[in-house]
Amino acid sequence: MEQILQYFFEYKEAIFIIALSIFLGIEVISNVPAVLHTPLMSGANAISGVIIIGGIILVGHADLSSFSLDLVLGILALIFGTLNVVGGFAVTDRMLEMFKKKKK
Amino acid sequence: MDKGLTLLNIAGFTVGDTLLELSYLVAALLFVVGLKMLSHPETARRGNLWAFGGMALAMVTTLLLHKQNGEGIPLTNIWIILAAIGVGAAIGWMVARKVKMTAMPQLVSLYNATGGGASMLVALLEYPAAAAGNVGSILVTVLGLIIGSIAFSGSLIAFGKLDGRVGDIMKPFMTYLNLVLMVLTLGLGAFIVVSPNPPAEMIWAIYALFGLSLVYGVMFVMPIGGADMPVVISLLNSFTGIAAAMAGFIYNNQAMILGGILVGAAGMILTLLMCKAMNRSLINVIVGAFGGGPSSIGGEQGTIKEINLSDAAVLLSYSQRIVIIPGYGLAVAQAQHIAQELDELLEGKGVEVKYAIHPVAGRMPGHMNVLLAEADVPYEKLVEMDDINPDMPNVDVAIVVGANDVVNPAAYNDPGSPIYGMPIIDAHLAKNIIIMKRGMGKGYAGIENELFFNDKTRMLFGDAKSSIQKLVTEIKSM
Repeated sequence: MEQILQYFFEYKEAIFIIALSIFLGIEVISNVPAVLHTPLMSGANAISGVIIIGGIILVGHADLSSFSLDLVLGILALIFGTLNVVGGFAVTDRMLEMFKKKKK
Repeated sequence: MDKGLTLLNIAGFTVGDTLLELSYLVAALLFVVGLKMLSHPETARRGNLWAFGGMALAMVTTLLLHKQNGEGIPLTNIWIILAAIGVGAAIGWMVARKVKMTAMPQLVSLYNATGGGASMLVALLEYPAAAAGNVGSILVTVLGLIIGSIAFSGSLIAFGKLDGRVGDIMKPFMTYLNLVLMVLTLGLGAFIVVSPNPPAEMIWAIYALFGLSLVYGVMFVMPIGGADMPVVISLLNSFTGIAAAMAGFIYNNQAMILGGILVGAAGMILTLLMCKAMNRSLINVIVGAFGGGPSSIGGEQGTIKEINLSDAAVLLSYSQRIVIIPGYGLAVAQAQHIAQELDELLEGKGVEVKYAIHPVAGRMPGHMNVLLAEADVPYEKLVEMDDINPDMPNVDVAIVVGANDVVNPAAYNDPGSPIYGMPIIDAHLAKNIIIMKRGMGKGYAGIENELFFNDKTRMLFGDAKSSIQKLVTEIKSM
């Protein structure tokens, strides 16, 4: 218990960010028109690809002197993360492009 | 000069680290602003671009400036990282460019699986380092692993279902099995967090937790029916965001935490919105109480009246206001383009045509809007349920294409019906109703639709695409 409190103290900024981001997320999304539900979801999905940062750090500090399962999994994580980011943003852009065309 | 020197003497301060943190701050701001812009039609496309800009910035500065905590060791293996990113980017880009709009829900599920998969792998690989820390860092790692794994395997199953590769398997015992699995997963997770054993002895437990979470993800999505897919996709999307935020804790990276939680909260809002559109609770969707078992609906059904093509053509041509109510059947038949052609033809004859969109029409939130946009249906013609319903009594013909439960009046007048209380589009109030269906099959809820037996209703059986095609030809030849 004491350890958890200690962790809370150590990461108090991060915990503040979490609490505030929840409200931010709710606030930003509320009143979105139904037309945009799909692009919004796929755009948000692409943002969750921010895990790629973790992947970069992970592989960037991996020991390459010997081949290991960890390295393979780390590289897989990087590929997964990029797929999520690039694919997600690209497909969202394609959908929104179609909406745009119609406005003229 | 003196001041500058004291500044540089602050413990742990380096210019590179500061630039990196600043770039994360900018990235986080771009995520927020991008998401905000994504929720307005005018700015949506730019918003998506801004969010991508934030991501690209964070990736580049991490590559250039990240140092191992405190030790000042820069990243190595740069070429391997760039190669992996190149592979992921090329595949992601190509698939995104080629995918059909009807397949959008599958693709979003697939990309969601990769995001969850990345979080799960990062948590798995960081466990040994995290375990050297305190209970808190083990806790976030374990949570990241559980949530990421569920998002990964759950999204893959959702992909399989949407793509027609995996069927719905719903057995009564699965509710209990899932409950047991959930308790086991959480129990093992808690055990890992509180166990005093050294990390090396806990590796087996981490892999067991990994496997258990994957199985739970599969079992959790397996029994969920097609009509509930919009809810599940939103929920899994939310999970992926939360998993990424947990990984953000591992690296004490604020951009990851903020981005992840932002997506988690947004996904949760969409999930609840979808549940509301079906008048069901989230628990109800997950436990799968719908099931499609024998419902209480009985009573006299009346007779079905069909309409032939030439009568339908005349009826439509001499109407003033027509509302098309599309459902997933329209998407399956790829009938969105031909529907647009019919709409244009009728508009040429002075008929006003609108589309009534139910919030859960299609297989993911807002899917129908994307399909119709693809077919060049002007944005202004798509009317949301709440806006069209007051107008329905003035509508000459309501054309229901491949939709069923979302126009079933049982939602109003049959308290015994599983969809009782669900908001519907009031097709029954229109002066005439034409229903295009392949056959007399029931909707997802597995219940009769009294709208089919309504005096004002005429059925036009056949594949939606060819039916509308024939209708177009018929009207042209008039």
